[in-house]
Amino acid sequence: MSACLDIRDLSAVLPNGQRVLRSVSLAVQPGEVRALVGESGAGKTMIGKAVLGVLPSSVRIVEGDMLLEGEDLGKLQPKARRTLIGARTALIPQDPLTALNPSRRIGPQMTDRLVRILGWSGEKADQRIRQLLDEVQIRDPDRVLKSYPHELSGGMRQRVLIAAAFAAEPRLIVADEPTTALDVTVQKQILRLIAQLQREHGTAILFVTHDLGVVAKISQKVSVLYAGKVVEEAETAALFAAPRHPYTRALMAATPRYADPLASLKPVDETVLAGLAAEIASADQGWRRPHG
Amino acid sequence: MDDGRISRHGSGAKLWLAGGWLLLALLAAIFAPLVAPQDPLAQDLMLERLPPFWMSGAEPGYWLGTDSLGRDLLSRLIFGARIAFIVAFAAATAACLVGSTLGLVAGYFGGWADRIISRIVDVWMAFPPVLFAILLVAVLGTGLSSVIIAIAVIDWTRFCRVIRAETMGQSRMDYVENARIAGYGRIGIMLREVLPNVVPSIVALLSLEMGIAVIVEAILSFVNLSISTDDPTWGGIIAEGRLSIHQAWWVLVFPLITLILTVLSFSQFGEGLKARFDPVLR
Ligand SMILES: Nc1ncnc2c1ncn2[C@@H]1O[C@H](COP(=O)(O)OP(=O)(O)OP(=O)(O)O)[C@@H](O)[C@H]1O
Ligand SMILES: [Mg+2]
Repeated sequence: MSACLDIRDLSAVLPNGQRVLRSVSLAVQPGEVRALVGESGAGKTMIGKAVLGVLPSSVRIVEGDMLLEGEDLGKLQPKARRTLIGARTALIPQDPLTALNPSRRIGPQMTDRLVRILGWSGEKADQRIRQLLDEVQIRDPDRVLKSYPHELSGGMRQRVLIAAAFAAEPRLIVADEPTTALDVTVQKQILRLIAQLQREHGTAILFVTHDLGVVAKISQKVSVLYAGKVVEEAETAALFAAPRHPYTRALMAATPRYADPLASLKPVDETVLAGLAAEIASADQGWRRPHG
Repeated sequence: MDDGRISRHGSGAKLWLAGGWLLLALLAAIFAPLVAPQDPLAQDLMLERLPPFWMSGAEPGYWLGTDSLGRDLLSRLIFGARIAFIVAFAAATAACLVGSTLGLVAGYFGGWADRIISRIVDVWMAFPPVLFAILLVAVLGTGLSSVIIAIAVIDWTRFCRVIRAETMGQSRMDYVENARIAGYGRIGIMLREVLPNVVPSIVALLSLEMGIAVIVEAILSFVNLSISTDDPTWGGIIAEGRLSIHQAWWVLVFPLITLILTVLSFSQFGEGLKARFDPVLR
């Protein structure tokens, strides 16, 4: 059985030569939730964007392959790649407000996409959307479908986006910090919803977060990213039982629930970061810039 | 919330006032031969410099008085509205189509398309607009179509700059990325997703530009570079009124008031419409 998503040795650079991804390898099995953790700027969002084919134009992939259900994205024509990504993947974004078009009502926004991806009739798409809205526990679908995005609360908007993401039955969903923009009280509900729909639909999720508590709740496997490099990869339970990499250990020490309360306010240990920086610098030395 | 409601009512009243004046002026322009009390070109030296209706010496049927050749001022203003509106609609629409299209393309595609278009806009705006207009009309020859072309050629940059900036802001939004992920093509996204979000600004600018076109036409008429001098134009009437300001102030004052009301109405109407169109402001 081939992996749902298989990233092999993916490297990407900025125009100034700075590397944002360093030989990233990461696989997500069908139906599995893979957490991707790391501090701000580590490149988590970049990995998600690379998979979904929406990297900023300034970021260039210089090596590596990405396979979506066994199909090598790099070998496909742009059009075929777009179609494949559109049919097999979806995104649950960080900011539910800007992820919805402010000038269009929710209903058409959601159904249009289904009609486009699955070639369904508008009526069938509408039924499907209502079913999904029910699954995300929206009780008044008529009102929501008629609303403009700004007329809904943040939690409502994220529910709508979760429904939209699962509606076309994608094989892989990239969830990029789907709860950080929300109220703390809503965060838990949204997280529970994603986990529930994931189980029911059997969708694989690449779950980006920097909250280790979330990792423990939702994922089976974890990849720890630091400065564009995967520094540790493990089963979630194993990682929490025995983190091997010093950065992972430092990250856990910096997260309240996983250490004693007194240590919880400390940032990630400076000496660990210094060691990592040296390690990555020496790895960069061995790395030659491809022509241009 | 309450503040929002108050300002919405305020903008609603402005919208209705401005729209009302524009509608009145437009209807007068369209039905000018029916509503004008006199022939706007008929001269009568017996009736020269009649004052407006409330002053002593006024003649019935000449509500706003007459000019130094005895022509009825109100009728001339009504017929002048025809040219003002033709120029406003034609020139503003042309400038809007060219400018908004280029702005949308530059803002959405970025890269070299943006660099080329932005460079052209910069070069264009280096010319002083009034000089540019006079130069263009001098080259194209006077006449209604030259005035329209001159205004469109000069003012498309106004649309281009604003729409480019707005489109850029919209293109960075996640909903555009979401549409990309769903497999929509670039042009489809530009037209279906981004364009509706910049339409309110386009509408506001379009209305504002109509007001600007009215002013520019008046300026060109004032310096005698617009339409043939026979047809009454607001700018032409103002120019004549300036000469007889001491004998007949009304020949200057009424066209000025008409002009200012119309220009203000266009800009207020545009702002009001924008607020109505914009789902977030609404
Ligand atoms: N549009 C862009 N163009 C160029 N570089 C970018 C762009 N967006 C982000 N970067 C850079 O790429 C690197 C990785 O950023 P990325 O957004 O993937 O981090 P992240 O792990 O998602 O962080 P966060 O937790 O803050 O979301 C950072 O160094 C960032 O400065
Ligand atoms: Mg991110």
